[in-house]
Amino acid sequence: MAILLDKNSRVVVQGITGSEGTFHTRESVKFGTKVVAGVTPGKGGMDVDGIPVYNRVADAVEKQGANVAALYTPAAFSADAIIESIEAGIGLVVCMTEGIPVTDMIKVKQVLKTSKARMIGCNCPGITTPGVGKIGFMPSFIHKVGNVGVISRSGTLTYEAIWQLTNLGIGQTTSIGIGGDPIPGSGFVDMLALYEKDPDTVALVMIGEIGGTAEEEAAEFIKSNLTKPVVSFIAGRTAPPGRRMGHAGAIISGGKGTADEKFKALEAAGVIVEKNPAEIGKRIQEILAKKKGQKKTKKK
Amino acid sequence: MKIHEYQAKSLLRAYKVPVPNGEVADTPEKARDIAKSLNKTSIVKAQIHAGGRGKGGGVKVAKTPDEAYEAAKKILGMQLITHQTGPEGIKVQKVLVEETSNIKKELYLGMVVDRARDKECVVFMASEAGGMEIEEVAKATPEKIIKCAVPPAVGFSPFEARKLAYGLGLGTDKSLSAQFANITKGLYELFVAKDASLVEINPLVLTAEGNLIAVDAKINFDDDGLFRNPDIKQLRDENEEDPLEVIAKNAGVNYIKLDGNIACMVNGAGLAMTTMDLIKMAGGEPANFLDVGGGASPDQIEKAFRILTADPNVKAILVNIFGGILRCDRVANGIIQAAKNIDMKLPMVIRLQGTNVDEGKKLLKESGLKFTVADGLYEAAEKVVALLK
Repeated sequence: MAILLDKNSRVVVQGITGSEGTFHTRESVKFGTKVVAGVTPGKGGMDVDGIPVYNRVADAVEKQGANVAALYTPAAFSADAIIESIEAGIGLVVCMTEGIPVTDMIKVKQVLKTSKARMIGCNCPGITTPGVGKIGFMPSFIHKVGNVGVISRSGTLTYEAIWQLTNLGIGQTTSIGIGGDPIPGSGFVDMLALYEKDPDTVALVMIGEIGGTAEEEAAEFIKSNLTKPVVSFIAGRTAPPGRRMGHAGAIISGGKGTADEKFKALEAAGVIVEKNPAEIGKRIQEILAKKKGQKKTKKK
Repeated sequence: MKIHEYQAKSLLRAYKVPVPNGEVADTPEKARDIAKSLNKTSIVKAQIHAGGRGKGGGVKVAKTPDEAYEAAKKILGMQLITHQTGPEGIKVQKVLVEETSNIKKELYLGMVVDRARDKECVVFMASEAGGMEIEEVAKATPEKIIKCAVPPAVGFSPFEARKLAYGLGLGTDKSLSAQFANITKGLYELFVAKDASLVEINPLVLTAEGNLIAVDAKINFDDDGLFRNPDIKQLRDENEEDPLEVIAKNAGVNYIKLDGNIACMVNGAGLAMTTMDLIKMAGGEPANFLDVGGGASPDQIEKAFRILTADPNVKAILVNIFGGILRCDRVANGIIQAAKNIDMKLPMVIRLQGTNVDEGKKLLKESGLKFTVADGLYEAAEKVVALLK
């Protein structure tokens, strides 16, 4: 098992005919992902490597049974494309696009609240379930099937963490980049709840960054709801206040949203806080070794 | 994106939010003419993208047009230093000359986006403690701040305006509550239509004559909304930004200048921030934040190097790349190209990981470039800090 992306996932790629869309669709098919359709308005009837392209998401749902949408759409049209997918009955929408206006995401959140759909992104590297498939652009070679969940607001920093785990022989259930925007489709809390329910996930890596209160909300949630151990790092301890550090959401405003505040909240919630990101893999290794030891003593 | 007070006030006028009469001037002569046409006591205000202008000597009251001339002469061209500018200050290029108001009471009215989970919406904040920094009010007397979250599906309703007005003590006066309702309605329309990210009217003044007027105004915009607001985009003032950051922005490189001496070039915002953190942890000071992005070409990498090396404080460079979409061989080619075209004498630590890492390392090795190799994330930071010792 894994979360979000599993063997029943049938992916429709919105924006499949764009260069990014085509390239990453090919990569994800190579990784094993079941991509059943593409959508580009006005290009219905085409195909990309044999994957049929439709004008509307609803057609991809009806004709190909699509239940997951991957979006590589231009920023200006992305909110519309996300809402189209939700309205068409797609259960999981993952949007990689960067640069979507905050007011658009406020609207999208309204639609999400009244539907059963989940959304990941925008401005994110996507989701990977090793052995099943991937959506987005995490490099394929870094993953390994296993029992650790990885969740992060960052892209390349997430690859670092996954790569550390894989090099230590530790695999992952599902790795998720929730994205660097101020208002993401799903936050840490939503995803932690899924990992908690997933029997295969035994430990978690959570990578946050400055700005907003997502990590503080996660700390609250972890304190009362999570039984699985979490190792966490927050990027941006040295970031100056009031500056947008690459990600639209990574900004300390009015003195709020600093890394130290977040480290403190997580520490208070019992999270294993690691201030050196090069050590994340080792902390997980220690946890797993301890678990193994506990199991052995139980058997005796 | 930030804009000037005079630009913000002109937007407010367009949305029927009352502001003092006045105009912007870039010469003392023009300031005098404006004061003359106002025909009363005026105030001359430095136009820079930073708060605390009054304390820094950037705001002066002028009783006559000649005094306005003198005030403008003093303010224009000065390096205005405030708590928000940094020690070198910002050069004042324009002043706003406007009429003064008979202040009976100063109020605060602000708008932000609440990004907290399940609360996502635009929020009004109001306080009777006008004229003070809202962060200070929030710290000292949080009960003095009234908040009103606007449900996005419905928009701003008159009852919400009344709620805020009562909270400010304006609710019982029919004229004032009507004026206030119009101001908040206009602000909400402006905020949504123009993709604002922050509005602050501080102070919103209640005059002796019984009028509400926006005496100061600050509006920030969501950079991601600029593509559909060309009128806002053209309000950008590059003079207010760090010159290297302007060059970087135009080159499509995400760069923020800092005060340290170790430059870093990284792919990905999270990893770029982390690289800064690690330099500090290893005992060094980062000179910048730089994310070259996923689609960087050798040309773009060369541009990034030009920006890094243009900072005179920089004494060493750390390249930290985790190749995903961005392939390490491409990065290596960019570094080699940059080294050829720019006379790079600074010591450099290079750490490559990920896609095509072996090809990348081979290219660098064969190029004859002098640099230090690092494999680990923290090791890279330690090595670059050691270079300066």
